Amino acid sequence: MGAGRGSGGVSEQRVFEVFRQERRGQPFEHAGSVVAPDAGFAEAWAREQYGRRGESVALWLVPREAIHDVADWADEFDLKYRRVDGYSIKARLKEARERAAARPR
Amino acid sequence: MAAVEIPRDEQAFLEYVQSGGQVEATDWMPDEYRARLIKFIEMHGNSELMGVLPEREWILRAPTLQRKLALTAKVQDEVGHAQLIYRVVEDLGKPREQCLAELLAGTAKFHNVFHYPTRTWGDVGVIAWLVDAAAIISQKALLRCSYAPYARIMKKICWEESFHILHGRDVILALVTGTPAQFELVQEALNRWWGPLMQFHGTPIPRDEDPMYLWRIKSQGNEQARQQFLDGYVPQILELGLEVPDPKLRKRDDGVWEYSEPDWEELRYVVTGHGPKTAERLALRRRFLEQERWVRDAVLAA
Amino acid sequence: MNEQLLALADDELIVGWRDSEWTGIAPLLEEDVAFSSIAQNEIGHARAVYELLVGSDGDADALAFDREPEAYRSAPLVELHLLDWAHTIARRWLYELADEIRITALKDDPEPGIAGLAAKIDREEAYHRLHAELWHERLRDEPRFRRAVEELWPYALGVLPAELRGELARRAGLAEVAPVERGTHTAELAALWEEMTMVRRSAPAGARW
Repeated sequence: MGAGRGSGGVSEQRVFEVFRQERRGQPFEHAGSVVAPDAGFAEAWAREQYGRRGESVALWLVPREAIHDVADWADEFDLKYRRVDGYSIKARLKEARERAAARPR
Repeated sequence: MAAVEIPRDEQAFLEYVQSGGQVEATDWMPDEYRARLIKFIEMHGNSELMGVLPEREWILRAPTLQRKLALTAKVQDEVGHAQLIYRVVEDLGKPREQCLAELLAGTAKFHNVFHYPTRTWGDVGVIAWLVDAAAIISQKALLRCSYAPYARIMKKICWEESFHILHGRDVILALVTGTPAQFELVQEALNRWWGPLMQFHGTPIPRDEDPMYLWRIKSQGNEQARQQFLDGYVPQILELGLEVPDPKLRKRDDGVWEYSEPDWEELRYVVTGHGPKTAERLALRRRFLEQERWVRDAVLAA
Repeated sequence: MNEQLLALADDELIVGWRDSEWTGIAPLLEEDVAFSSIAQNEIGHARAVYELLVGSDGDADALAFDREPEAYRSAPLVELHLLDWAHTIARRWLYELADEIRITALKDDPEPGIAGLAAKIDREEAYHRLHAELWHERLRDEPRFRRAVEELWPYALGVLPAELRGELARRAGLAEVAPVERGTHTAELAALWEEMTMVRRSAPAGARW
């Protein structure tokens, strides 16, 4: 996503990003965008595009200019403990199981 | 791990997409990639839009309420697809109004099949069943397009197209199990549409010579798509007692379909705006665009 | 046969047909899609009413399509060929106002099947009213729209029985005038019927499609 790209000359104020919820309880997911002169038309047209075949139970329409795009991260010191891939469970689990099997009962 | 950064170098970018890398609207991309994307995606949008005109009269003439509803919904999807597609082009930098202006001026291309007339209710069935099937094969391959915004809308498009094929098959089945005259409607329509269908996926240019494949905009070669179409649909056509109007059509022992060479000259001639119905359809859209220009002005005035 | 219901069904069938004429040529792609939804709803309503009228063993398609033009009970408003946007939106807006009034009355029908169907139709038409209102707001100061509303106003009054016209006038904010009554078909209906039924008439009665 992200704002400020070449929107083909379309004013950012008139692009509405559409988030749709497929079923109650599910997260709202980005589905695309509609260009409309105001929220009223945006709603009418988004209902058509993202709901005419009953594929959404709810929509959020957000003017593109309201979206604050965050897309860069610094990870200079490779702090692996903060991620799942920072733990090599498999090898240690294998060893622990072998030791447990070898323990006298 | 650090966020993936698109390399700002054409060769590195090429390697990136060829190893499955995905590109977003705000990423750096080589000029050639952007230009090819716009042209390809725009042609798709134009095709969805022009695909509406061959079918609109049959909505008005549909012989049952259910068929009227189903056909209206199918054609509606196509306009909806055009909307989604032009939105993607717009975010790449080309306004929808410009795409439409070029389309109506006759300087932009759209797929061959939408330049031909529809003559009977048989055409309605053949188009929904076979033309949409040919299109879906290409569209499923586009689910893997390196340009992510396009790949994402293809998901919705493919989902909606699956309804169209069901509808098409139902129309065809009703006709081939109806009166002899109704059966003939299908055969006659098939005879007319076979040529354009065989041309639809384009000339058999090897995948590795196709820039669209190299940039991973397309993920399959033209001939691959055509073979997939024949594999899937010739058996379905034959099992209904219909004939394919190509005496050379046969499946070899190695699984490859042989067929009469499609008329590539006709394809080239048609897609450059010389199809039997091209001028008339563009003129119809132009007429209404002009007549209702005031409406767009009224709406666009925020 | 319940003439009032047949009139409702025929109105919805014909106005749905007219709305479908914008397929592929609407001034905005978004409106092409919106009109298709509205047309589908209208055809859907027509179908539901035809089905109610013919009963569970009956053939709704036969009732919808196999009559001569004179046997249709559609109001002149829906038959008019109006392929310009100002008149089209004017008709949309006026038709929805009139339709809401008659559907509301039907919701009180003693027959539960009719009342229930009217309630369903009413809920679906909420979207049509939203759409018509959006456009009415946008175009209300546009001279060609105001002219179109004036031209179609007598036809709009003719959609409703006399006792409901006062309410329509109140909602539209217009003074009642001499209506173009239901009962005499417009010259346009014949051409519409011809195209609407041409495929169906090409096979013997009872053919499957």
